[in-house]
Amino acid sequence: MSQPLIQPSRAKSMTIGESGLALVFTVTAFLCVIASAKAVDRPFAFHAALAAAASVASVFVILNRYFDRPATLPPQEINGRPNYNLGPIKFGAAIAMFWGIAGFLVGLIIAAQLAWPELNFEPWLSFGRLRPLHTSAVIFAFGGNVLIATSFYVVQKTCRVRLAGELAPWFVVLGYNFFILVAGSGYLLGVTQSKEYAEPEWYADLWLTIVWVVYLLVFLGTVIRRKEPHIFVANWFYLAFIVTIAVLHLVNNPALPVSVFGSKSYIAWGGVQDAMFQWWYGHNAVGFFLTAGFLAIMYYFIPKRAERPIYSYRLSIIHFWSLIFLYIWAGPHHLHYTALPDWTQTLGMTFSVMLWMPSWGGMINGLMTLSGAWDKLRTDPVLRMLVVSVAFYGMSTFEGPMMSIKVVNSLSHYTDWTIGHVHSGALGWVGFVSFGALYCLVPWLWDRRLYSLKLVNWHFWVSTLGIVLYISAMWVSGILQGLMWRAYTSLGFLEYSFIETVEAMHPFYVIRAAGGALFLIGSLIMAYNLWMTVRAGEVEVSSPVALQPAQ
Amino acid sequence: MSFWTRHHVFEKNSIILVVGILLVIAIGGLVEILPLFYLKSTIEVVDGVRPYTPLELAGRNVYVREGCYLCHSQMIRPLRDEVERYGHFSLAAESMYDHPFQWGSKRTGPDLARVGGKYSDDWHVTHLTNPRAIVPQSVMPAYAFLASTEVDPETIADHLKTLRAVGVPYTDDQVANAAADLSAQASPDDSGTDALAKRYPKAVVRNFDGKAGLPTEMDALIAYLQMLGTLVDFKLYNEKANLR
Amino acid sequence: MNAILIVHNTASYLVTTVWTPVFVAIFALIVAYALWPRNKAAFDEAAKMPLRED
Repeated sequence: MSQPLIQPSRAKSMTIGESGLALVFTVTAFLCVIASAKAVDRPFAFHAALAAAASVASVFVILNRYFDRPATLPPQEINGRPNYNLGPIKFGAAIAMFWGIAGFLVGLIIAAQLAWPELNFEPWLSFGRLRPLHTSAVIFAFGGNVLIATSFYVVQKTCRVRLAGELAPWFVVLGYNFFILVAGSGYLLGVTQSKEYAEPEWYADLWLTIVWVVYLLVFLGTVIRRKEPHIFVANWFYLAFIVTIAVLHLVNNPALPVSVFGSKSYIAWGGVQDAMFQWWYGHNAVGFFLTAGFLAIMYYFIPKRAERPIYSYRLSIIHFWSLIFLYIWAGPHHLHYTALPDWTQTLGMTFSVMLWMPSWGGMINGLMTLSGAWDKLRTDPVLRMLVVSVAFYGMSTFEGPMMSIKVVNSLSHYTDWTIGHVHSGALGWVGFVSFGALYCLVPWLWDRRLYSLKLVNWHFWVSTLGIVLYISAMWVSGILQGLMWRAYTSLGFLEYSFIETVEAMHPFYVIRAAGGALFLIGSLIMAYNLWMTVRAGEVEVSSPVALQPAQ
Repeated sequence: MSFWTRHHVFEKNSIILVVGILLVIAIGGLVEILPLFYLKSTIEVVDGVRPYTPLELAGRNVYVREGCYLCHSQMIRPLRDEVERYGHFSLAAESMYDHPFQWGSKRTGPDLARVGGKYSDDWHVTHLTNPRAIVPQSVMPAYAFLASTEVDPETIADHLKTLRAVGVPYTDDQVANAAADLSAQASPDDSGTDALAKRYPKAVVRNFDGKAGLPTEMDALIAYLQMLGTLVDFKLYNEKANLR
Repeated sequence: MNAILIVHNTASYLVTTVWTPVFVAIFALIVAYALWPRNKAAFDEAAKMPLRED
């Protein structure tokens, strides 16, 4: 590596991480330029060029950061207090807001496309390419960044120790968002392996694996060095989320590329086995990404915001183990009445129904944490958002087991009822708990008072109205379509042609789009509120002394 | 107990936690997924299912690329109305060479597992070019651009080789003639059509998009759609032997 | 193939015989750990962890 030309008075040298990472990225930049030149298809050439540019930028940033920093690394503690590392968390929180709005907007566009098909602009902006962009943007870009940001915050605060590594946390947040960029642009260019919620092609998958392993190491490294004897339960949930997603990702995605310089690959699994792997993955992405991860948020942010201890810590331990044990079995309920063997379907159904119990145990624990502080729901719209998210969690986790019962599923499967169910969980639970966490986190991170509680209140009601419109429209359209498909005339013929059932969906698709628009408007109100908090908000006087070291 | 010994015990705890999580999540996956690989009853014994022809495979890749599976399932359930609407319920064997599977999870449009032969090639060309020209209430995007993109015959053999590596039984003969088979299937006057039919029984040879020249993505996609669900002869299928 | 068969035989043996009691036992241990009177103080302390500031 190049050494600084002017040696500072104190001996300053690069850490192994700095020099190693700069070297690795120099090599990657070189390799990616070659890959881009030799690419067999244009999307791959584009992605390789993107990776080359990102590698060069990384080398530049690492060197720049090295020249700018003092000779000594940031201390672990200042005046006996942990010197928390907040930079990567700030980045994660801000970009989560950005991706959230992008994801909701794409959702609104595809909802409108189903109501008015003229809005498809082929080839790049057709429904089939935008839909994975929507799901990935909201789940992995918005949800993922919220999870990474909050997990880095919670693990430091509850272990009372600075985050492990200096460059590693930055590598995780930036590397993860680079994965999102490659995956998302790939969908528009037609790069997909068509496995729902696991659409990114082999090279994006490989990159995510590297980022995820570093994420696990940073998180675990922080937990291992903790100053608290007990590992707080939120960290258990975060750990289960990180570990299980790693396992799911590796097992679901093994693929063989047609050319190492091309985007297309073929998945190792075929037919019925691929279907089983996919929905084992798909359902546990719900269970461990959208549930376990966000339950960790619930277990830290609700007590913190309500200023009440967790209602029953004992229940949270039982909740944890039974939830992760039962969830992993539930996947086959996505394949009821298919060519998957019956015994697998029955197992999946049984465990899905049992899953209702730990889910509601968790909901009760979250809600009852407010005992003695119920009055705060009237005055604090942020807390109200968090609590309503738990209520939506309870509703979705009742609906889910019900829909996994085979007779119910025979009606609901393939219809909009599933879409409605997913969105009561995604908008109501994941969305609201994330919003609540961000409304808490942004003021804490920037040491500001939240700009306006009134705007939070507006956000809450506009979004809630949006969710109600969305899920009720989907319930009606889903059940209606399911019933129309199986309706018979008195003479024993099928009563409706398929296209008649499509036509019947139109009004509900319009209402759904309206609901989505309201939800998007709510998130824009939120973004404005958070922006004003950071830019113009009052400095919070009562907060503890800022712990950032003087640079 | 000194601080250090205590610390040591808890350091171990986070690792114990990770191991515990791994054990607990492993059991469900192992019990549900592993048997699918060795229980013989998982995939029925049927005649007729063969790997895709090069042109069908190229069409299938278009189907995957455009996200058709997001609105069209390829999995008919054994329910009275589905069997009447779409045909015999789907067998696991019918998708055994599918990498990845395309069973789908949503029917914004109808199931396509047995769409092969239901409509003419002309119907498909018009419908894919502008769905509302044929079905006014349709909400499907238009795919007119497929007609102007040619399928690359150069790389198709690599696709067959890759699929062979993940378990699809393509023969050396099929791999060696992939490029020729690709062009032959869309040009009925081609001298290679007989050899193609021998390599891939029941392969339909037609000029699917009605245009001269190399096969387009329109040709490929229609070739794929027209073969869906046509390989198994259900008059000869022994349902009782495959009860499970 | 032999290795797979061994795994299968062991797995099906466990699933059909001792699986339920084993997991009921593990679950009982977890519940006992969570409800054990001596652990109460530690858990009550842990429940307050988010509230402690520094």
